[in-house]
This record gives sequence, C-alpha cells and structure tokens, in this order.
Amino acid sequence: MAAPALLVEDVSVEFRTRAGTVKALDRVSFHVAKGETIAVVGESGSGKSVTAYAVMGILDPAARVTSGRAVLGGLDLLKADRHTLAGVRGREIAMIFQNPRTALNPIRRVGDQIADVLLRHANVAPSTAPTKAVELLETVGITDPARRAKAYPFELSGGMCQRVMIAIALAASPSLLIADEPTTGLDVTTQAIIMDIIAERAQARGMATIFITHDLGLAAERADRIVVMNAGHVIEAQPTRELFANPRHPYTTALIAATPGPSSRLSDLRTIAGGPPDLRAAQLPACRYSARCPRRLDDCAAPLPRIDAAKTHALACHNPLPTKYAA
Amino acid sequence: MKPEPLLDVAEISKRYVLKPQGSPVTRLIRRLKKGPEAAPRLHAVDDVSFTIGRGETVGLVGESGCGKSTLVRLVARLIDANDGSIRLAGRELTDRSAGRFATEPERVKIQMVFQDAGESINPRFSAFEAIADPLRHLRGLKGDALRTKVAETAKRCGLPQELLTRFSHQLSGGQRARVGIARAIAVEPELLILDEPTAALDVSVQVVILQLLEALKRDLGMSYLFVSHDLNVVRLLCDRVLVMYLGKIVESGPAEAVFAHPRHPYTKALIAALPDANRPASERIRLSGEIASPVDPDPNTCRFVGRCPRAEAKCRQAMPRLEANSSGQAAACHFALPGKS
Repeated sequence: MAAPALLVEDVSVEFRTRAGTVKALDRVSFHVAKGETIAVVGESGSGKSVTAYAVMGILDPAARVTSGRAVLGGLDLLKADRHTLAGVRGREIAMIFQNPRTALNPIRRVGDQIADVLLRHANVAPSTAPTKAVELLETVGITDPARRAKAYPFELSGGMCQRVMIAIALAASPSLLIADEPTTGLDVTTQAIIMDIIAERAQARGMATIFITHDLGLAAERADRIVVMNAGHVIEAQPTRELFANPRHPYTTALIAATPGPSSRLSDLRTIAGGPPDLRAAQLPACRYSARCPRRLDDCAAPLPRIDAAKTHALACHNPLPTKYAA
Repeated sequence: MKPEPLLDVAEISKRYVLKPQGSPVTRLIRRLKKGPEAAPRLHAVDDVSFTIGRGETVGLVGESGCGKSTLVRLVARLIDANDGSIRLAGRELTDRSAGRFATEPERVKIQMVFQDAGESINPRFSAFEAIADPLRHLRGLKGDALRTKVAETAKRCGLPQELLTRFSHQLSGGQRARVGIARAIAVEPELLILDEPTAALDVSVQVVILQLLEALKRDLGMSYLFVSHDLNVVRLLCDRVLVMYLGKIVESGPAEAVFAHPRHPYTKALIAALPDANRPASERIRLSGEIASPVDPDPNTCRFVGRCPRAEAKCRQAMPRLEANSSGQAAACHFALPGKS
C-alpha cells in the first residue's frame, strides 16, 4: 500500500451550544493514499463537513477536538499552532467549498484572488502572478481567461465561480484536495464538467482527493474508495466496486436502496425508518444507528470495534451482512 | 377522440423588459442618431404549448435559467403572460389578471408546492396555521370544520397531530416538506405544481416524500406538473416529460421513451451527464460553453447553437419546430433522431 497522504485517527469533535454539548464526531478514522480519490458520504448531520473542517483547522470557535490526530506528511494538523497551519493550508491542503459564490471574496477580481494564493504559497514573483493566474483560469477550462480574470464573482455563473475556486485551490499544487459538495446546486451538465476538471487535475499532479458528497451516485462514479458516515461515526469503508457489490453495514445497504438510479422504480426504493439520534444526549448508544437498524441484536449495546485508520476496509457493526467473498 | 386535457397551455410567452444600456445622455445621443429604439427584452418563456391530462404527471426538466420557474409561475397564475392562453378543464384563465385570479373561487384548482418549505412557509405560522391559512381564505372554513379539515389533511400527509403546534424551524426537513404538501392539497386542487419538492432533502427522506406524492395522486386523482433538475427523480414519478432549453420546449414525450431514446441532442447530453458508476466518465458527451443570452435572441437561430455538437449552417437560418413522431415523442431539432421505434 502507498503511504497515506492523510491519516485521520480517532478524531472526536464536540460543539458546546446553549442546548447542550453536541458530540458531532466520535473517533472518526480513515485515510487517503497518495493519488487516491475517496468519497465521504452520508446524510446531512452525519459529520462529513465537520471532519473536513477539523482537518483544515477551520472549525467554529464553539467546537473542541477532544481526541485523535490528523497526520499529513508527519505533521499532526490538530496539534499544530496557528502559524504552522497557515503555512500548510493553501500550500499542502486546499479546499473547495459548496456554494462558490459565497466562498469567493465578492469585492475582489477573481484574477487577483488567484494571484493572492500564488504570491503567498507558490513562490511566484509579483510581476508574473497576474499572467500565471490567467494561465490557471485557462487550465480549468474558462474561455477568454484574460477577460474573466478581471471579473468579479457576481459577474460569473455558478459553474464559472466553481472553476475559479478550483483554480485557487490548485494554484500552489497541494498534495491533498478536500472538495466539500463541490457540485451541489449546479446543473448536471456543469456538474459533469466540474468533476472532470477536478479528476483530471488530481490525476495530473498525483494529488490525494477527499470528496464529500451526499450523492451516492456521484461518489460511485468518481471515487476509488468510499467512506460512509452516520451520526458522527465512520460506519463502513470499502473500495467503490466492492461497496456496491457487497455492502456490509445495514446503513450502507439502506442508503444504496434509497438512492434512485437510472433504472430504479419508485416501489423498489426503500426508506430508512426513523431519524438520526439527538447528538446532544448525555448517553448515546454505542452504535448510533442501532435505533433505526433492522438487524439490531442485544449485542449491539456493546462498544463498536475500533476502526483501523490505515486499512482500506472498515466496518463498525456487530451484525453485518455476510461477505460474499472469501476473506 | 382524445378526452379533453385538464390543462391546455397554448403558445404562451413571457418577456421581461430590461433597462436600456448606457447613461441617459448616451441613450439620448443614440436616439438622435438612430431614431427610437426598442428596450431589450428577456425572453423567459417563448411560445410554449403543452397539455396535462387528468391524473397525469408531467415532468419539466432543464438547467437553471432555462425558464422552468417562469413557466410554472405562469401556469400557477402567479404572474401574467404576454401572449398565449391557459385553459383549465376547458375554461380560459388568462382573460383576467393574476391579481384578480388570486381572489376567485377557481384559485383552489391550481395549487403549488414550493421548493424549500423552510423558506416558503411563514415562520410565524405553526404547522396548523400554515395548513389552515389557504382553507380559511379560499374555502371560507372556520371553527370545527376548519380544525377537522386540517387534522384530516395532516393525517393524509403523514403528519402526527402533536406536530401541528410546532413552528417550521422546530420541524425536520421531511416534516416541513409534508406541511408544504398538506397546505397545497388541503383545498383539493385539480392540478398540483411541484417545484423541486425534494431538492433540499436527504435521499432517505426523499423516497418517503416521493412515495407520499404518488399515493396522494392515486387517492385524490390530482394531476401533477413536477419540476426537477434531478432526472432520476423525474423518471420515477412522471408519465410524460417536457425538456426546456432557454425558454423553449425542445423535447416532449412519454418519460420511458424520452429517457431511453432521446431525440434532441440536448436531452441526450442531459441524460448522459447523469452519474453512472457502470460507465466510465470519459465516455460521456460534454456540453461546452454556457447557455446563450435570453435577451433578444435571434428568432431564426436555434437556441442550442453554440453548445450543440450537431449544429450546422441550417441551425442558424431557421428555428426548428417541435415535431412529433408516430409515438408522440416530439423534438425541436433539424437533426432530431427517430426516437423509439
């Protein structure tokens, strides 16, 4: 196995709110190898974005990392001081956010915003930064890049803004890219193009990519491996093909059965009973899916097996579906 | 002969007048030099015709900015059209303004479920009030009759009684969607317009809401106009689909046929853009470029020119008309494929 670009191990995050402490992440473990694209999937509130924010060190001030480490190139991002992190973000890890229009600075020209990153992180001389910015716009497929570089975000369409975000993220050739729902809110035709650009750039630079999405179909098409999250737990991880051929965790199975595909019928789609547990509760069940789970046993009250972050497969279930392959 | 459709929309258009470019001085100079000029017009919906039968679900798909929302607002009689007619069960609706229509008894016949119920429901209304409001105004119900009707509708939509006192921010996404639907069906419409009703929901909740919509249609005999950008969802629910591009319908027909054998290159590209794990991403058609401007488009050029992989000189000389094949699948393209044979 190639050395992991990022190893996230036993990361727990809590939010202190007036209504109680929300245990948003509980011992989240996974890794992404160099050049690999993983998808982190789950429903809203599962902790996908919180995981990304924790790794980036951009959690809300109300959040507290209570355990774990996130190691990138020998550096534990969760323990690093602000100064070190500022040097890593943008240079080693870059992030693409959902809703590019709000993530970009509304009162700076997009070319200048790209040049900012080049000056700060890519050792580009101030005299050549503007030209380099235009070149970057061209690599993300923006037509007439010299003119677009002078545009403000509001003058560009959503798809265009997302391309600008990608150009900014990739300006310093990071080793890890985190894309948080990069195409939510974009049309399918634009989505396909944006995903192509990310995949192509990632491949060209051997970049590791963490792709956060609620769209299982998109994850299936684009990721080498899928990490499934539910209510702050990583519950299953498998290479994409294996996950769809042989999902082991009951929640993964339910999620696949609920996602409409090109040939599914409404009557075939399965719903998932109940909702996620209230993460503010003082005593959360060991398995946070157990209240909704059709395969629940008495044993399910016992603590879940610890997930080994370095392995490609992970499973947090006492009564998983049988494996179809010999181990 | 075919039975009369519930909804018959004929040659409907909506144009928005834009502010002319330039300062008052440059406009005056231009005017003195060239004579009076027309203000630029944005053609949001351009000469659109379609029908919806009783009990039929028609899907409307297209990219953002193609005029879907304007079209459903026209059909819902929330805004007035510039030309064309809308007939519901044979009765003309465009002979009075949208403002007048809002207070007439016929208003109950067309109701709408908006995209994000969290945004579209008055935040100061409890779930009960949100459902009761249209019943009060459009059906004149009050007292016990009102309470009974709200309770009955809520039950039909799977909303437990104890949730009715809650405000929309105290409800989950799925519960809010149910309130939005209950509110629209409470007055017993004949046509229900659904504008992306599941766009803000998780997949597990989406399935529940789609199944609820299917059951309601069966029980109440309503017709649906279902707007969505998610083609997989449209395919699940709809009998027929309309594909819109830049203010025009470019393809229409039975859902099965359109998805399996698209005739228009745009429909083909739209379907090809859907994620599919069984097909490598590299094997797909990509639409280059952005949607052309809807401001004063050339009436003799196909709107898809510029992004169309099939475009030829002919496409810039004549606007293709929507023409149906023998199985009722229509496409507006000079090079339309034969479709399902």
